[in-house]
Amino acid sequence: MPLLDVRDLSVVFQRKGAKPFTAVDGVNFTVEPGQTVGLVGESGCGKSVTSLAIMGLLPRRGNKVSGEVRFEDTDLLKLRPQELRDRRGRDIGMIFQDPLSSLNPVLPLGLQVAEVLERHQGRTRQAALREARNLLDAVGIPDPTRRLKEFPHQLSGGMRQRALIAIALACKPRLLIADEPTTALDVTIQAQILTLLKQLVEESGTALVMITHDLGVVAGLCDTVNVLYAGKVVERAERHDLFAEPRHPYTHGLLQSVPRLDVDRGGRLHQIRGSVSDNIPWPEGCAFAPRCDRVNDACIGETVPLEPTFRGGALRCTNPVPQEVPA
Amino acid sequence: MVRVILRRLIQLVVTLIALTTLVFFWLRSLPGGPVDALLGERATPQTRELLTRALGYDQPIWTQYGRFVKNVVTGNFGNSIRTGEPVMDVISRSFPATIELAVAAIIIAIGLGIPLGYIAARYRGRMLDNATIIVTLIGISIPIFFLGYLLKDLLTQNIHIFPPSGRITTGMDNTDVTGFFVLDGLLTREFDATADALWHLVLPAITLATIPLAIIIRITRASVLDVLDEDYIRTADAKGLRNTTIRKRHVLRNALLPVVTTIGLQTGALLAGAVLTEKVYNWGGLGTLITDSISGGRDYPVLQALILLAAVVFIVVNLLVDLSYAVIDPRVRVQ
Repeated sequence: MPLLDVRDLSVVFQRKGAKPFTAVDGVNFTVEPGQTVGLVGESGCGKSVTSLAIMGLLPRRGNKVSGEVRFEDTDLLKLRPQELRDRRGRDIGMIFQDPLSSLNPVLPLGLQVAEVLERHQGRTRQAALREARNLLDAVGIPDPTRRLKEFPHQLSGGMRQRALIAIALACKPRLLIADEPTTALDVTIQAQILTLLKQLVEESGTALVMITHDLGVVAGLCDTVNVLYAGKVVERAERHDLFAEPRHPYTHGLLQSVPRLDVDRGGRLHQIRGSVSDNIPWPEGCAFAPRCDRVNDACIGETVPLEPTFRGGALRCTNPVPQEVPA
Repeated sequence: MVRVILRRLIQLVVTLIALTTLVFFWLRSLPGGPVDALLGERATPQTRELLTRALGYDQPIWTQYGRFVKNVVTGNFGNSIRTGEPVMDVISRSFPATIELAVAAIIIAIGLGIPLGYIAARYRGRMLDNATIIVTLIGISIPIFFLGYLLKDLLTQNIHIFPPSGRITTGMDNTDVTGFFVLDGLLTREFDATADALWHLVLPAITLATIPLAIIIRITRASVLDVLDEDYIRTADAKGLRNTTIRKRHVLRNALLPVVTTIGLQTGALLAGAVLTEKVYNWGGLGTLITDSISGGRDYPVLQALILLAAVVFIVVNLLVDLSYAVIDPRVRVQ
């Protein structure tokens, strides 16, 4: 049984006087215990909203969430807010994009780590702080005893993200959701943080949902990858298959857009034309059609279904990039 | 921290020097003067000249200024022109009354303002919140003297709930220790005097508190809404913390920063409001003293001292505000 089973998850934002906007449109994916799953896509494709919906962290008003988020036996969307609070931080941890703004500026780091232990493990402040020290040590923060008393502004960006990881993993959750955890960091620090995440996840057997726009992150970390476009999964594949033979023209375009060292200097970088806002509504065809190089008549008219591929993945395309015929 | 305080004290001295000069020349540039005020329109030129010379106003203005500065530096503010008493005596008699009133007003404004602003923010966009916005708008807009007379008419004339004026019932046998009547009653265990003084304090304090209260409610509301949108509140939610923990530990403390600044800035408004409030309720404090000193004799020495005192109070309160910042926000401590 999968640890997390997201079925037909939709999030519609409704504002008074504005057209409802479907940010997440019937997303399906599963995460097995200990597995690392990537959610990949451009800004605005719905990947962050998906993660917030799983955690129940979307604003209470102005949106409508439907579908199912099964965590083990429970549908998280059906839980009362109080029951969900009991699980957040204990069963599911989350790491956010901007480590500076995600830490409370007026509270010492120690308390910010300790409070989650006090809450879910019923520890005293003193015991929680002792454990917090060990956690900071485990995520590679030097001199953790001193850091307990320091404030977020006294730490470097990489330290802050390490601290957030320590908070998210404090109660040994079975699932960790990381929403663009390296985007706000320097490239050198990015690699360190990813290595740390990989190591911690492997040691503890925690499953990881990695949300990113960075295919490099996916390549280094994920077992399975879901590519999102305009609120829907357009392709799902094992990491190796995805990089070796992307089938969806969007995935193909994303991979082509990664700068390469082995092509001539001065050659133009590949780009996918238009932007994610230049799409057509899914009910009227493939949302990516206006930007697609392989568009044909079958792309317009009705929703293109997500169909399983023989390699165990799934694909939502009428005219996929051809596979190389095995010799 | 010590350096911050030192720097601010130096600023205080510079401000006071500039203000002393401004006040001195500003007062003397006003039409009329003590001589006209004391002698009236029908005085003969001879008596006018005599009094002018007796008060030292026949000297060149720079000489007068020099003497004034010399006296102020030595702590001598001169004697009141109206009564002849030393200025410091006149002021110290009225000072406790105003402080008592201002402290009561600020306690009401902070004590009600922060909770009400917080509640409005929690019920953002609902009836209660909208009502708060309208009521605070009225609170900010209403002139103090109008509200003062309105409350006075309503609650002391139509319905006799509160005493109409004064700080304590005439004939009340109270012992004067500090000049703060509420405090004195507690110190001497004359609790009936404390109760009576508090009873007199209610309407003036409400009148004076209205504007700061409305402003603090609004600032608190806006500030809490800002903080609720912060990423670290989402982190706190992601930790599964209880709502009460999030509110107390994460929201309130961050939301208080702008509120504290506002409280400091409201000191000035409070001092100005005290003048009007004291007039309405015949409250014998600095406000009454300042109006009497202007209208009844252009009492230069008293006025100069009063304005300097107001400036010192304002600056000191804002220094305290800055220091409390360092307590709330660790980011300020480092600098």
